[in-house]
Amino acid sequence: MEKRPRITLMLCGGTGCIAGGSLKVKEAFEKELAANRLSDEINIVLTGCNGFCAEGPIGIVYPDDIFYEKLTPDDAKLIVQEHFIKGRPVEKLMYKEPVKKHAIPVMKDIPFFKHQVLRALRNKGLIDPERIEDYIARDGYMAAAKALLEMTPEEIIKEVKISGLRGRGGAGFPTGLKWELCNKVKSDTKFILCNGDEGDPGAFMDRSIMEGDPHSVLEGMIIAGKAIGATKGYIYVRAEYPLAVKRLQIAIEQARERGLLGEDILGSGYSLDIEIYQGAGAFVCGEETALMRSIEGKRGMPRPRPPFPVYKGLWDKPSVLNNVETFANVPPIILHGGEWFKSLGTEKSTGTKVFALTGAINNVGLIEVPMGIPLRTIIYDIGGGIKRGRKFKAVQLGGPSGGCIPEHLLDTPVTYEDIVQTGAIVGSGGMVVMDDLNCMVSVAKFFLEFTTDESCGKCTPCRIGTKVMLDLLTDITEGRGKEGDIETLEDLAKDIIAASLCGLGQTAPNPVLTTIKYFREEYESHIKEKWCKAGVCRSLVTFYIDPNTCTGCGACARVCPQKAISGERKKPHSIDQSLCIRCRQCYETCRFNSVKTGPRDMFKKEEPAELLEEVKK
Amino acid sequence: MPKLTVEDLKRIKAQERAAFSLREGKFRAKVTVHMGTCGLAAGARDVMDALLEEINNANVTDVMVTSSGCAGLCAKEPMATVEVAGQPPVKYVFLNKDKIKRIFKEHIQGGNPVEEYALVVGSETAY
Ligand SMILES: Cc1cc2nc3c(=O)[nH]c(=O)nc-3n(C[C@H](O)[C@H](O)[C@H](O)COP(=O)(O)O)c2cc1C
Repeated sequence: MEKRPRITLMLCGGTGCIAGGSLKVKEAFEKELAANRLSDEINIVLTGCNGFCAEGPIGIVYPDDIFYEKLTPDDAKLIVQEHFIKGRPVEKLMYKEPVKKHAIPVMKDIPFFKHQVLRALRNKGLIDPERIEDYIARDGYMAAAKALLEMTPEEIIKEVKISGLRGRGGAGFPTGLKWELCNKVKSDTKFILCNGDEGDPGAFMDRSIMEGDPHSVLEGMIIAGKAIGATKGYIYVRAEYPLAVKRLQIAIEQARERGLLGEDILGSGYSLDIEIYQGAGAFVCGEETALMRSIEGKRGMPRPRPPFPVYKGLWDKPSVLNNVETFANVPPIILHGGEWFKSLGTEKSTGTKVFALTGAINNVGLIEVPMGIPLRTIIYDIGGGIKRGRKFKAVQLGGPSGGCIPEHLLDTPVTYEDIVQTGAIVGSGGMVVMDDLNCMVSVAKFFLEFTTDESCGKCTPCRIGTKVMLDLLTDITEGRGKEGDIETLEDLAKDIIAASLCGLGQTAPNPVLTTIKYFREEYESHIKEKWCKAGVCRSLVTFYIDPNTCTGCGACARVCPQKAISGERKKPHSIDQSLCIRCRQCYETCRFNSVKTGPRDMFKKEEPAELLEEVKK
Repeated sequence: MPKLTVEDLKRIKAQERAAFSLREGKFRAKVTVHMGTCGLAAGARDVMDALLEEINNANVTDVMVTSSGCAGLCAKEPMATVEVAGQPPVKYVFLNKDKIKRIFKEHIQGGNPVEEYALVVGSETAY
């Protein structure tokens, strides 16, 4: 009989941690365990993304619940010798809270985890995503069994409607209603489709679910499939997610072998097979009608709706498309009921939402929180505040379709309704935190560059309008901005929103509009004073050192690649403007806030007006 | 591979639960074998092996076994501390394979501490 392990080390095998070397760490542990003849006493499991990516590679030791971070192959020996053999957890490898710097090892005490409620991510870090038995041990496929054997399609739909679940792919459309519409259409062929395109820059919620808990997506699709009467399923994943594709493929094969996919699932009479379709990674292919065309083998371009896909979708057959996270939420709703689901969240935004927390925040990672939680709690409690004690400036929600939310709105609860009021959207869950080193005009430009690139070109307002807006923003950030540009941007934005066919064009101007709304003075100082106060736009800034606060520590001089900074130790330093290339390393390095930004022309002498007139002639 | 039925799902779930109670932190009892240098020299390894074997044979899934360093009483090693939920911890001394097996049956499974092997009831460690 196989020996039951005494200790399990759950090593994170998400894309982030693998890039950080977690496979090498695993090898090192296996070697060390074998050398100590502990291989059958101590078990190593490679899990999906743990979520605390900033600290990876991560390893959690059960049953002690000890959280190790930033593991390297060299740490294996120490942990095996000290912790596994002698029972002394290795303090220096444990997680340390950024502000306090003392080791707090037990996972449940780490603030990053404490505020979270895991539903869509219920198996995060707990199962081996390549073992179906692990999934089954955590109630896997019990919901499918219940839905297939004990419920009618109408009962399934009713439960999902009670739950209030809304699509997690961005638009927040009520899931139960979508299923109901499709259920009522008569057709001998229907499709259930999963959207794993996840095109938002910086977002990795869906990737983590597909990598870490692929069976939860399959189970959600089986249940939805029965509800609408689907005969075939497709999962659309971008080819840039190779690990997600691999794990889904393994999961599909395992489910097929066991009769959980295919003919007569669990002896229920319902049959469904699911296939993966790999997309080429175009943002617009995440849009539902474009996605369906792409699966048909055509160029992924949106088409007008109606007809809506529930009536005419893939190959003109009735189809339901849902997001990965939406599907992952379905099995617990069937098992525990719609009422259970909506016990968290607000009236119109029920349940929990997964966010990818990135940017200038201490705890970069993947989180799941009850809807309705204030942004402030996410950023300061879960996120651990702004990196290096800097000042919060804005949080970007909803990616290229979303917007920037400023400090004074940080108490906004995260619900579909409240976030829309700010001009941003909840979107699919990207959350990028920005500190005072960010220039909001450049941020808007970054997102617009993305949408300009990704516009499929079908609608002129989107294809050309976004390009004209981008040119204006480029002019503003490079010092060619003129009076009236802000108004032109706002005008163009309105037209693009009104005249584009799909969500890409309809939302592309949002990052520009919200930054104008909340940071208008930043646009104005770029245009009028030729001053990028955050010191990001190189042609619009002069860096100088404030002699009153400079301590003469010399840190700035050491990082300056131009050797443009000089001064005696412990005396105020100064920057030679003729050498400065405005790389802003000094600005970011100074701990005393003594490097300041000024307008482009602050040290240039005013040209006499007459002289200018002369030149013009 | 034969197709699964609901009964199969339940059976797999029950089988796999064992590994999971470990990860989910649901335990009825916790045994700490003191495996510092002194403990190891005195034979703590054998004690640990015997205990794990016993747990496996009895197919028990809700007992957590950990190791820890020297308990401070090197002269009385091998030692182990047994904590059964709802009861104060008991420290056992001068253990060997047979003694730990008896402790497993009578104390961990039966709920009655084996007085002859016990040193103290209660513990200074606040875990
Ligand atoms: C340009 C564009 C890109 C989109 N990208 C995605 C995506 O990557 N993933 C996704 O789930 N939904 C995406 N959507 C939304 C889908 O069109 C669709 O609303 C969603 O997949 C429906 O699933 P849900 O109701 O479960 O959210 C995108 C929409 C637009 C307009």
